[in-house]
Amino acid sequence: MQPLPKATPPTQVFHVQGLSKTYRSNSIEVLALREVDFSAAAGEFVVILGPSGSGKSTFLNIIGGLDSATSGDAWFLDHQITKLSETGLTQYRREHVGFIFQFYNLVPSLTALENVQLVTDIARSPMKAAEALELVGLAERMDHFPAELSGGEQQRVAIARAIAKRPEVLLCDEPTGALDSKTGVQVLEALLKVNAEIGATTLVITHNAAIQDIADRVVHFGNGRIVREQRNAKRKPVTSISW
Amino acid sequence: MRALNRKLLRDLRRMWAQSLAIALVMAAGAATLILGIGAHDSLSTTRAAYYEANRFADLFADVTRAPKQVVREIAALDGVAEVTPRIVKIALVDLPGMVEPAAVQLVSLPASGHATLNEVYLRSGNRPQAGHNLQALVSAEFAAAHFLTAGDWLSVLLNGRRTNIKITGTALSPEFIYLLGPGDLMPDPKHFGVVWMPEAALAASFDLDGAFSNLAVKLQAGADPQKVMDAIDVRLKRYGGTGSYGRKDQISHAFLDAELMQLRAMSRVLPPIFLLVSAFLVNMTLTRLIALEREQIGLLKAIGYGRREIALHYIGFVTLIALAGILIGFVAGAWLGRGMAELYARFFNFPFLVFSRDPSIYAIAAGVTLMAAIAGALRAVVQASSLAPAVAMSPPAPPRYQKLFNGSINFNRFIRTSSIITSRHLFHWPWRTASGILGTALAVAILVGSLWAHGAIEYMIDVSFQKAERQDASLHFTERRPISALYDARHLPGVLRAEPFRTVAAKVRLGQRERRVAIVGKPSDVELSRALDVEERPLVLPPRGLVISDTLAGILHARIGDGVELELMEGAQETLTIPVTGIATGYFGLGAMMDLASLNHLLGEGPSISGVNVAIDENKSSALFAALRETPLASFIVLQKRSVKRFRETAAQNITIMSTVYISLAAIIAFGVVYNCARISLSEQGREMASLRVLGFTRAEVSSLLVMELAVMVVLALPLGWAIGYAIGWLVVHGFASELYRVPLVIGKDVYAYASLVVLAAASVSALVVRRRIDRLDMIAVLKTRE
Repeated sequence: MQPLPKATPPTQVFHVQGLSKTYRSNSIEVLALREVDFSAAAGEFVVILGPSGSGKSTFLNIIGGLDSATSGDAWFLDHQITKLSETGLTQYRREHVGFIFQFYNLVPSLTALENVQLVTDIARSPMKAAEALELVGLAERMDHFPAELSGGEQQRVAIARAIAKRPEVLLCDEPTGALDSKTGVQVLEALLKVNAEIGATTLVITHNAAIQDIADRVVHFGNGRIVREQRNAKRKPVTSISW
Repeated sequence: MRALNRKLLRDLRRMWAQSLAIALVMAAGAATLILGIGAHDSLSTTRAAYYEANRFADLFADVTRAPKQVVREIAALDGVAEVTPRIVKIALVDLPGMVEPAAVQLVSLPASGHATLNEVYLRSGNRPQAGHNLQALVSAEFAAAHFLTAGDWLSVLLNGRRTNIKITGTALSPEFIYLLGPGDLMPDPKHFGVVWMPEAALAASFDLDGAFSNLAVKLQAGADPQKVMDAIDVRLKRYGGTGSYGRKDQISHAFLDAELMQLRAMSRVLPPIFLLVSAFLVNMTLTRLIALEREQIGLLKAIGYGRREIALHYIGFVTLIALAGILIGFVAGAWLGRGMAELYARFFNFPFLVFSRDPSIYAIAAGVTLMAAIAGALRAVVQASSLAPAVAMSPPAPPRYQKLFNGSINFNRFIRTSSIITSRHLFHWPWRTASGILGTALAVAILVGSLWAHGAIEYMIDVSFQKAERQDASLHFTERRPISALYDARHLPGVLRAEPFRTVAAKVRLGQRERRVAIVGKPSDVELSRALDVEERPLVLPPRGLVISDTLAGILHARIGDGVELELMEGAQETLTIPVTGIATGYFGLGAMMDLASLNHLLGEGPSISGVNVAIDENKSSALFAALRETPLASFIVLQKRSVKRFRETAAQNITIMSTVYISLAAIIAFGVVYNCARISLSEQGREMASLRVLGFTRAEVSSLLVMELAVMVVLALPLGWAIGYAIGWLVVHGFASELYRVPLVIGKDVYAYASLVVLAAASVSALVVRRRIDRLDMIAVLKTRE
C-alpha cells in the first residue's frame, strides 16, 4: 500500500483495503468484519445502512481509531491507522476525528459551551466554542447544562463538540437513534450544514433507511461485508424526509 | 440459597476491594477497642489479683525511728485492719565490673512465720534461713540484669559499712511492680533494685533495734482513709513521721494508674474515629450501589418483594462487610494485645499476667462495629426500600449540576474545562465530599495526634535537663548533714562544681486542696539545678516565699501572691502560711522550691543539707564513683545523663512500636477513604471518562480528572487533619497528665509534614490502583449504552 497522492482532487480521505475483525471469546470466534474495501473522498456525506450485527459499527470504530483490525489496512490521508500505536490513535482522534454518538455522551457537569470547550482546550486550531454552537443553532442555549436540554439539543451540542476542532472526518453512530422524527431532522440539518461549511467527510451509521436519500452515497453492510453501494444522483433536502 | 442472597454474595465478590477497604477500617476500630479495653482489664485484673494475693497495703508512712510499741497503738486505731512495721532504707551496692554506682532499696523481712503486708513473691530460690542475718532476696529484674542467682554474693554499703550478703533467691513484690529508682525517669534494673533482708540485720546496721522506719497499713473495709492517715500522722509526728500516704502517692501504684488512664483514654479516642469513618464509607458505597441498582430494585418490587426484604438485602450486604471487619479486628486485637502484654512484662514486674479474654469485650466490639455499619447504611437503605417500583424502573433523572456561586464568577477564564468537571462533581455531592475530606483528615489527625510525642519528649528533656537540672549527678545523703558536707563533696575527685540542696517532706494546702510534696531548698545563686519560669528563663529563688511548679499551681488553683498553707513534716514540724512568689515550669512530679536559708530557718535548724548536686569532669568520673563507694557520704547517687539516656531509649522503643501501629492505622483509613471515593467517582464518571478518551483525551488527561478530585480532597483534608490532630494532642495531654509527669504539647512542623506524607502516600497508592482501571476503560461500550 502506497501513500495516497494528496493533491489529486477529490482527495481520498479514507482508503480501506481487506479490513477484517474477528472477536474471540472463550474459543468462540465471531467474524465481525470480512475483508472490507472502502474509500471516501473529502467532503463526502456517506450514509452506512445495515441491520444489527452487520459490522457497520465495528467498521466505524476501526477507522475512527477506537478499535483495532485483525487484518487489512486502513488509511486516513497518509496515516496508516491500522499501524498506529495507542498513543498515535489518541492523537489521531484528538486532531482529525469528530465523533457523534447515539446517546450524546455529554459531560453532565458541564454546560453546553463547556462541553464544547473540552475539545477546543486540547485541539490544535479549533474554532471558538460559541461559534460551533451557533453553527448548530444553539447560540441561545449554550449556558445550559445537559440536564436542561432536550434530546435533540443535546445531540446538537454533541455535533458542535465534534466539529469545533475542525475535523477532517465526522463519524456518527446512530445520531438520530434516540430521537423522534422531528428532532432527528433538526439534527440531520445541523450535520449537513457543518458538512457543507467545514467540508468534513461525514460517515453516518443508521438503521433508518429514510436517511439514505440525503447522502452523496449509501453503503449497505451485511454479515460483515459491504453488500451494496449506491450513489445518489440527486440528494433530497433533509426537510423532505421523515420516519 | 435464595436468589436474592446469591445476588448479595455476588455483589460482595464483585466489590471485594471496596468491601475489604471498609472492613479493614472497621477492623481497626474493633481491634483498638479490644486492645484498649482488653489491656485495661488485663492490667487492672492482674494488679488486683496480685494485690489481693500478696496483701498490698492501703497506707504507708515513713518515720526516722519509731519504737515498735507504736505499732500496737496504730493497729488499735479505728479502721485499721493490720499493720506491718518495716525497716526501709536505700544503700549503694558494689558490683564487680560496674563503674557507675548502683543502689538498692533495702526492705526488712520479718522473722519467719509472721504474716505481713506487701508480701514478697518468691521467683526462685528460698527465703533467708532463720538465724542467718546476712542473707537476702533480690528483686528478679535486678538479679537478671546482673546475672545474679541464689548462692551469689552481693556487696552492700549498709549505713556506710561494706557488707557481703549471700543471695538466697529472687523475688517480686506488689509494692515494686513498677520499680523506679529515686530521681530516675524510667525503671533501670541495672542500676536500681530491691534487697529483702532479715529485719535483725537491718536493725543492727541502721541502729533500729526494736524500732521501725516504715509502716504498711491495711484498712478495714469501709474505713475512711483520710481519718486513719490523720490519726497515724498524729502518732508518728514525734518520731520524725513525714506524713502517711495512700496508694495514689505510692510510686508503683501511681504509675500503674497512669498507664490505666492512658489505656482508657486510648479506648475512648481511637475506636470512635474508626467507627465514624467506616460509617461514612458504608454510607458512600451503599448509596452508590443502590443508585446503580435502582432499576433492579424497581424490578424486585414489581415482582412482589416488599420494602422489608429490600431493606434486609442491603443491610445484609453491610452486615457481611462488618462481620469480615469484626473477624479481622478480633484477630488483630488479640495479636496486638499479646504485643501489649509483652510490653507490660518489660515494664511491670508481675509474677503473672492475666490477659483478659472476657467474651463481653469481644461482644461489645462486635456490637458497636455492627452498629456503626448499620448506622452508616440506614439512610441509603431507607431510600432504597421506599422507592416506588414504577419510579425505580425508569432511569434516574440525570444529575443536575450547578455553576459555582450561581455562575457569577466566570471560572472558565482561569481554569481548564477539565478542572470545572472536577469542581462541579465535588460540589454536586457536598456530603460525600465532606465525608471524604473528614475521613482523610482523621487519618492525618491520628498521625499528628500520636507522632508528636517523640518531639515533645525531646523538648521535655531539653527543658528539664539542659535548661533546668543541669547537674551531672546528685548525691543524696543518708540523713541531713551540716553544710560542711558541701565542702567534703567539693573535694571529691572530679567534682567541678557542687551546690547544696535540702529536701523536706511537706504538705501544701490551699483551701480544700492539698498535696504531699518534697520542698527543695536551694541557694538563690545556683548554676546547676535551676528553676525556670513559665517562659523557661532561669528564675532566681526569692529570699521569702515558695516557688511551685505549674502542675502543682494547677492542682491547688494557686496564683502568684496567694498564701498557701505549708505543713512541714520535719524539723520544727510547723504549719505556716507562706506566699507563692513564683511559678516554675516542670514536667516531672509536683515541684516546690524555696531559698535554702529560709527553708532551714522555717525548720528551726541551722544550715543543713540533704545532698549536693555536682558537675563532674567526665575523665575523672570513675575516680569519683570509687571514692563515693569508699566514703559513707551518699546513700544513693542520681546520674542525670544515665537517667536521661535510659529515658530516651525506653521512650524511643515505645514510640517506635506505637508509631508503627498508628501509621498502619492511619494508612488503613487513608487508603480506605481515598480508594472508596475514587471507585465511586469512577463508577459515576466512567462513562464521561471513556467519552473523553474517544474525543482524543489521553489516558493521563482522563486519569487526571479523578486524580485531581482526590488531590483536592486530600489537600483540603490536610489542614483540617492538622487541626483535629492538634485537638487530639491537646486531649491526650490533658487526658494523660498525671501528677507524676506531664508531656508538653509541642507539635513540630516535621510532625505535620510527616503525617501529611504518610497520608499522601496511602492516597497515592489507592489513586494508582484506580488509575489502572481508567486505563482499561472500554471506549466502545459506552458509545452503545445509556447509563
